[in-house]
Amino acid sequence: MEAVAALALGKTIGAGLAGIGSGASAIGVGHVAGNFLAGALRNPSAAASQTATLFIGIAFAEALGIFSFLVALLLMFAI
Amino acid sequence: MAAEAAAGAAESGMPQLDISTFPNQIFWLAVTMVVIYFVLSRIALPRIASVLAERSGTISNDIAAAEELKQQAVAAEAAYEKALRDARAEANRIIAATKAEIQEELASELKRADARIAEKAAESEAAIAAIRATAVENVTAVAKDTAAEIVAAFGAKADAATIDQAIDARMKE
Amino acid sequence: MAAEDKAAEGGLVFHPLEQFKVHPLFGDGPIHWYTPTNVTLWMAVAVLVIVLLMVVGGRSRAIIPGRVQSVGELIYGFIYKMVEDVAGHDGVKFFPYIMTLFMFIITANYLGLIPMAFATTSHIAVTAVLALAVFFTVTIVGFVKNGTDFLGLFWVTAAPLPLRPILAVIELISYFVRPVSHSIRLGGNVMAGHAVIKVFAGFAAIALISPVSVAAITAIYGLELMVAGIQAYVFTILTCVYLKDALHPHH
Repeated sequence: MEAVAALALGKTIGAGLAGIGSGASAIGVGHVAGNFLAGALRNPSAAASQTATLFIGIAFAEALGIFSFLVALLLMFAI
Repeated sequence: MAAEAAAGAAESGMPQLDISTFPNQIFWLAVTMVVIYFVLSRIALPRIASVLAERSGTISNDIAAAEELKQQAVAAEAAYEKALRDARAEANRIIAATKAEIQEELASELKRADARIAEKAAESEAAIAAIRATAVENVTAVAKDTAAEIVAAFGAKADAATIDQAIDARMKE
Repeated sequence: MAAEDKAAEGGLVFHPLEQFKVHPLFGDGPIHWYTPTNVTLWMAVAVLVIVLLMVVGGRSRAIIPGRVQSVGELIYGFIYKMVEDVAGHDGVKFFPYIMTLFMFIITANYLGLIPMAFATTSHIAVTAVLALAVFFTVTIVGFVKNGTDFLGLFWVTAAPLPLRPILAVIELISYFVRPVSHSIRLGGNVMAGHAVIKVFAGFAAIALISPVSVAAITAIYGLELMVAGIQAYVFTILTCVYLKDALHPHH
């Protein structure tokens, strides 16, 4: 019974720690979007051609946050 | 312990990791993708492509037609301008010709009128001279008659020849 | 399990993952590969929507398009331009394939956002098949088009020579991670959004918090509407990028 309780505790703590990753990914996405905006304001004519790159960058940054969310879910529900 | 946890995962864990449903999902996904692929590539995409091509063709045709119409309008305007210019020149020519004609006619009329006036004046002068001559004659006759009458009234007798002589002498003065 | 423990304590019931359960449409038997399930139902609905949008909407072939037809033409033009811009002119012959992927993903994403609907793209099995299909297509096309030149993708000639083997290992790993991130990005985003909505819906059981909860669900739903479109776009544009790598392996 001790082991089950320890496992539940560890899982929950681990899931909470994995949740930090989502915040880190939020910082990354904000960084990408903010830098894009700064560049776009400096040179608005070039901004329209780079929106695809912006979305790819956001997707890569966000994917890592999703990984950490997935780790949290796995800890909570699958182990 | 581990086996129990695994069983629990299958029961209440993530449905995404429930391997028993994978063949089902993959099979139906494959069916779906094949259906969508054939619907799109056989029917939808060629049709949309042809509609888009047709539309751009129609648009470029319309633009060409509009361009042509514009050219026609420009040509029509040029023709109109030319006609207007020609008409104006023609009008000016006619005006000048008419003016010259009128001038000429006026001159000839004036000349004729002058000639007639001169003729009339000569005629009148002649008439006046004639009238004057007859008037002088009449005056002489009247004077002679009157003198003869006056002489007769005084009771004297004077012959006609003497009176005539006297009158003529007086008239000549 | 943890959720149930909590439910017993505080009266809150969280079943954020309940909505992703695959179950048979008829009866309650085991799920064989051919069993019609809710996956089948919602995929069929997706096919129906695509047929309505792309085939029935454009059947009049009108020069001046109606609403549905112009939406179809807009999507066509959008994806066509994306393929042409990113993958180049020789990528255009893969256009029907990419269009199929995009149409399926965006339709499934938006259908999944209908309340009580089942989001087929939230399942890793579905997205993994899509991503692996892209991965194998791109790899095979790369080798068929370029032969062994395709391996030049991993040998970065722009880098100094001693660094190249290390870079080759990194490039190789990142190449094989592609289908993983490609599939988990789509599936994870859809699943995360739905799960978060469900968690907020669980909070609505407390009367004091429920207005906040409803407002939060509305906000998250708006975010999810955006994410559903963006993830379909990102999946498609990454497919185009991978295809460009396969067609022109020398950067």
